[in-house]
Amino acid sequence: MSDNTPNAQQKSGAVQTTGHAWDGDLQEYNNPLPRWWLWCFYGTVAFSVLYWFIYPSWPVGQTWLKGFHTVSYTTVDKAGQEQEREHRWNTRALLLGDLGDAARDPQRKAMLAKVEAASYDQIVKDPKMMEFVRSVGKGLFGDNCAACHGRGGQGVVGMYPNLTDDDWLWGGSMDKIHETLVQGRNGFMPAFGQVLKPDQLDDVAEYVLTLSNEAQPGEASERGKAIFHGQTGGCYYCHGADAKGVPSQGAANLTDKIWAIADVPTQKTLQDKKAVLKTFIASGVNNTRVMPAWKGRLKDDDIKLLAVYVHQLGGAK
Amino acid sequence: MRHEQIETNSGLMLLLILVVISIGGLVEIVPLFYINETVEQVEGVRPYTPLEQRGRDIYVREGCYLCHSQQIRPFRDEWQRYGHYSLAAESQYDHPFQWGSKRTGPDLARLGGKYSNQWHVQHLKAPRSVVPQSIMPNYPWLLETDLDYSDVAERMRALRATGVPYSVTQQEYDANVKKFGQAVADQLDINQARDSLLRQAREKDFDGIPGRITEMEALVAYLQVLGTMVDFTRYDEGFFTTFR
Ligand code: HEC
Ligand code: HEC
Ligand code: HEC
Repeated sequence: MSDNTPNAQQKSGAVQTTGHAWDGDLQEYNNPLPRWWLWCFYGTVAFSVLYWFIYPSWPVGQTWLKGFHTVSYTTVDKAGQEQEREHRWNTRALLLGDLGDAARDPQRKAMLAKVEAASYDQIVKDPKMMEFVRSVGKGLFGDNCAACHGRGGQGVVGMYPNLTDDDWLWGGSMDKIHETLVQGRNGFMPAFGQVLKPDQLDDVAEYVLTLSNEAQPGEASERGKAIFHGQTGGCYYCHGADAKGVPSQGAANLTDKIWAIADVPTQKTLQDKKAVLKTFIASGVNNTRVMPAWKGRLKDDDIKLLAVYVHQLGGAK
Repeated sequence: MRHEQIETNSGLMLLLILVVISIGGLVEIVPLFYINETVEQVEGVRPYTPLEQRGRDIYVREGCYLCHSQQIRPFRDEWQRYGHYSLAAESQYDHPFQWGSKRTGPDLARLGGKYSNQWHVQHLKAPRSVVPQSIMPNYPWLLETDLDYSDVAERMRALRATGVPYSVTQQEYDANVKKFGQAVADQLDINQARDSLLRQAREKDFDGIPGRITEMEALVAYLQVLGTMVDFTRYDEGFFTTFR
């Protein structure tokens, strides 16, 4: 509802107008800001001047006002010596202060130091430390490893090994796992498609199946055995005379029923199992199966934590 | 000037508004061009090779930046998840840069070396085949489409105009040899652009298809170099704080 009668306030002259008049009679009230508000505003202006001197602010020539506020942090130099340092405030120094701030999460910090100092045996025997490893390791594993090995470490047959079973290409001891993480791995097996004739491939595949009792020994597997353990195939070089694998080569154990690469278990018939193996042996493993090296990418203590974490996933040795 | 004059002259008002609102931007941005410490003095940062640069073009074309940033900020959580915070020096040859804070997927600033080429190929082709929960789109055509590198020299020339030190003259080449070493300088030479691209693709075979050079080849080459140029172990951590 509009009310055409002039405002009572205006009539009484309590509120002044700005003095402009538009279109002949259109006027504007001048309502000054409340005093308290105005003083708060002046206060913030004054504070901003103070602020210029506390924090980095105005550019001056080729540099800028750096502010007198400082942050202290500790760095570890190349010799492993801790150094207490102070630096003018900026987000980078603040981060360093934050990372080293023991007060922020004292329990975690203390636990981390404890794990760092402990030997593998000590860690495994201490339920508190293991609980810590599990919770921190889970996050690290999720961020860095899960994309290949899967969330739970179950892997993808043929591409990324399962870390929860007790079959290890490169060794399942804590030290070996640690070595795997530090330097990375790159499995290699020559392609035998040119070296062996189709029937020889057939025989050797048959023999490999007998190793894990997938097939019964027979004439074909005997011929395959000769190839495996002789100069023709030379498989024993890498897989060992007992075919149990040679961890220093990353060569798989062929006598267990665990398959890392050749997808034997999902094949129903013996014929299909053999076909899968033949294809695999013919093409080998070139340099595509890469486990990246994590040294330098992850911190040393994170690698140690991860080694323990992977070790406890299941098939620890 | 009178209040009324401005209010009744919209052209003048527009001009004055522009002047006022640009002050904030000018004060914050312009000094960065002449302040000495803006770009950190670190070694190792170089322009992209022709193959990597083509990969970068594909990255931009496919809009990967809509979900991925390439800027790790100096915060504790980002440090722990992604690694060392990004330096200004690391994007000095980026046009356009790929900073940002829109992260539907993870930050990619330190991606190089984290995964194998094979993983990248598989993941780009079908992300859910390796990360079941992924919401990243499939990019199967990258592996099917041959890389068009006919205009790679022109692309480098365009970047050169913005200040990226790709060389044309012998003098520029020599300067690059001095600054980056012979091997890199060869890669930055516009006159050899196609040959360098072919050489790198053949040597490294990023897409895992030996006879072909696909768009995937270039993209993976680019992804594998992200964040790897600066060797942070060579610097004392406190060093970087002195630049801010
Ligand atoms: C790019 C994919 C990829 C990523 C990421 C990755 N791995 Fe691997 N990992 C592999 C591949 C492939 C192998 C098998 C290497 C081989 O066949 O020689 C492997 C092997 C391993 C092995 C040895 C398994 C064995 O049987 O000896 C361990 C342990 C391991 N990875 C742990 C990890 C951990 C922990 C992380 C995270 C820090 C990780 N991996 C990240 C691909 C990856
Ligand atoms: C140069 C060493 C080397 C030689 C020689 C070699 N292998 Fe292998 N083999 C490997 C390695 C290493 C792996 C595991 C690959 C990996 O981890 O990336 C492997 C894996 C396998 C697997 C897959 C096991 C699984 O768990 O899926 C089979 C089967 C196999 N080899 C059979 C053979 C046969 C048969 C021969 C001989 C014709 C042979 N290998 C010769 C190194 C070798
Ligand atoms: C719709 C948003 C979206 C788009 C567009 C997108 N991604 Fe992703 N990306 C994701 C998500 C979500 C993840 C995390 C899950 C995963 O690993 O797949 C991811 C993960 C990744 C990773 C793994 C990062 C790591 O550290 O684990 C890479 C590499 C990647 N994307 C590259 C690309 C490239 C290259 C493109 C453009 C061709 C692209 N993405 C486009 C959403 C996206």
